[in-house]
Amino acid sequence: MKVLMTGNEAVARGAYEAGVRFASAYPGTPSTEILENVAKYKEEIKAEWGPNEKVAVEACIGASIAGVRTLCAMKHVGVNVAADPLFTFAYAGVNGGMVLITADEPGQHSSQNEQDNRHYARAAKIPMFEPANSQECLDMLSAAYELSEAFDTPVLLRMTTRVCHSKSIVTCGGRAEREARPYEKNPQKNLMVPAHAKIRRVFVEQRTERLTGYAEKNPFNLIEPGGSTGVIASGMCYHYAKELLGDRATYLKLGFTHPLPTGLLDAFCRQVEQVYVIEENDPYLEQWVRACGHSCHGKDLFPPHGEMTTDVLRNAILDAQLPAPSYDRSLVVPRPPTLCAGCPHRGVFYELGRRDLVVSGDIGCYSLGFAPPYRAMDTLVCMGGAFSIGHGMQRAFDLTGSDKRVVSILGDSTFFHTGINSLIEVLYNNSRTICIILDNRITGMTGHQENPGTGKLACGEPAAQMDIAAIVRAMGAAHVEEIDPNDLKSVGAALDAAMERDGPSVIITRWPCVLKRLDAAEQAQFGAPFRGRCKVDAESCVGCKLCLRGGCPALSINKEARRAEIDAAQCVGCGVCAQLCPKKAIWKEETV
Amino acid sequence: MRTKSILLVGVGGQGTILASKLLTIGLMESGCDVKMSEIHGMSQRGGSVSSHIRYGADVQSPVIERGGADLLVAFEKMEALRWLEYLRPEGQVVVNDARINPMPVVSGDAEYPARILEELTARADTAVVDAFTAATALGSPKVSNIVLLGTIVQRLGLDGVDWDRIISDNVNPAFAALNQNALARGRTLVK
Repeated sequence: MKVLMTGNEAVARGAYEAGVRFASAYPGTPSTEILENVAKYKEEIKAEWGPNEKVAVEACIGASIAGVRTLCAMKHVGVNVAADPLFTFAYAGVNGGMVLITADEPGQHSSQNEQDNRHYARAAKIPMFEPANSQECLDMLSAAYELSEAFDTPVLLRMTTRVCHSKSIVTCGGRAEREARPYEKNPQKNLMVPAHAKIRRVFVEQRTERLTGYAEKNPFNLIEPGGSTGVIASGMCYHYAKELLGDRATYLKLGFTHPLPTGLLDAFCRQVEQVYVIEENDPYLEQWVRACGHSCHGKDLFPPHGEMTTDVLRNAILDAQLPAPSYDRSLVVPRPPTLCAGCPHRGVFYELGRRDLVVSGDIGCYSLGFAPPYRAMDTLVCMGGAFSIGHGMQRAFDLTGSDKRVVSILGDSTFFHTGINSLIEVLYNNSRTICIILDNRITGMTGHQENPGTGKLACGEPAAQMDIAAIVRAMGAAHVEEIDPNDLKSVGAALDAAMERDGPSVIITRWPCVLKRLDAAEQAQFGAPFRGRCKVDAESCVGCKLCLRGGCPALSINKEARRAEIDAAQCVGCGVCAQLCPKKAIWKEETV
Repeated sequence: MRTKSILLVGVGGQGTILASKLLTIGLMESGCDVKMSEIHGMSQRGGSVSSHIRYGADVQSPVIERGGADLLVAFEKMEALRWLEYLRPEGQVVVNDARINPMPVVSGDAEYPARILEELTARADTAVVDAFTAATALGSPKVSNIVLLGTIVQRLGLDGVDWDRIISDNVNPAFAALNQNALARGRTLVK
């Protein structure tokens, strides 16, 4: 059966066909849809959201040890979180096959950095595949499970955004149902105290040597004959290069990229006149080519950052670009993403922005709090880091006699991810950074995944619903306040009260994401939200633009009439703008 | 067959993803190799979005180069200009005469440019359509995206494809007829 699939859908299909029984992931662009699609095979595969990447990998490790094939998926930075169990499980090896998928982001479309996770394969001493298209995602995943079990190792499958999110035609097969491998107690293999780990350490080196031999024969590493120019590429870069050079080049197409096939490289280099190594991010392949004694073009020609799309290669190799229409670019106004009309983060950032505060931020839709009109975020580094980074800043300000106050802010899914550890740091060390948890009842930015606070599992079944306020109180926070973020007075009052305190304060804003499909219980709990419309009374509006400070995309100023206008198609009646109006010219009409 | 490139651009929430999904299925059923690339991830509404679609005998890159698009279909008019550098000089533009204000315009920091359609028409072979009015007349402005898909089907001459079945296979059955009508209506809006 031929189907158009994204790489993420094809990986999910590959997991199904390879007989995977258990999968866990934490959502993160561009990896999110892998687990969402695995979850569709719910009769065959138990798919779970892990609260973070580390525990997701650990759950997969356990399932592997117990004998079933497992899949774990995450974005590139998630592997940093998961690295601790991964590096030691690389010693222990598998029982049921295990594949870890890293979805890297050359070009940083939706990421805080552009790290190259191919280095993880080398550092953890595990084999790595790099698919170039959706068919390879499916095929390589099957091969990866065979390899995992044959060589007693977890396997890394490295994708990039364009592989994850591009569609191409895939021929699907059926599922190979597999018996679980028997579990046998084996502490020498599965219990990594130093005495055991030292023995496995030697095994790992022997395994890498055997894998090197495998790399030479792996069908995903091949020489594709053509012209006298040589191209070495893996992943999507192979397609970009072939788009540009077609039959003019001979290709060493690498699909299995750790350990690398030195013999094949030597054979390739003898066939061609000059070699271009085309890869995104770091010179991973280039360094290998040079270490093998061959000269090549690589980062001397190609940028060390961003995607190596065909136009980038055309510019670097041919010193040319395609002709295109010229036009007046001053007519194009930037269109940055914005917080939605009705977004519950809006009121909080309005109140933060009008105070003299340092704001330690985190990763989620609310990262946009840095942007105008709020300009209410100073720092953002990593998932879950807001509270501890805010604590460190507050500590340093206090130690150095500065009177600055730090507010630290993150969302519900980020709280469960690692923000909870971050809050322990704050509470244990009695920090006076003010901690805000924006609980919008969903993992928002990645497209609405369930989390431990939503009361539902990955496949929608009911789950224990964790109460953030109760957790925070149990952690020892004396001052915990739950507020409605659309009520600016209560947001302001909670902030002002917290600023008066010398110890920890936690403010939890509880209101659902405007894009969330609410079930009946949630509709009742929040009083049927998003059903009103705000209206402007043209008589009382004086066109002062104060309402624009809320940053709502539904609100604008009609220049001719010099009055505020509300786009009825976007407005959901959150009422924040009405509270900003000094003339009480904005009112809310209930629509249902 | 040379690989052809179609670029669909618009604003998050305008339905470019469904339109490009249906188009790629149709292209595959017509016997072509097809690749499609989208950048998504931030679920916020309001950002600039694009779907790159490439089809032919053997498609390599799923990403269209600057200067590489045979057809640029803009669901919002300023987006046509934002992405115009992706068009081949002899390529065609279909632009929906719709305006969605970006945040700098909403906040009063910038003006929405007045002469976008004039600039487009002067720089490229451009057809201006009003998908909103056409879709509203059919029953819902929400099928503007399928009206625009109809213009693509017409421009590319994709007649041998059973679009009605592809629509009924891929949209809510309650709205299948509406979407089928929208596609047919779109085909009449361009030559």
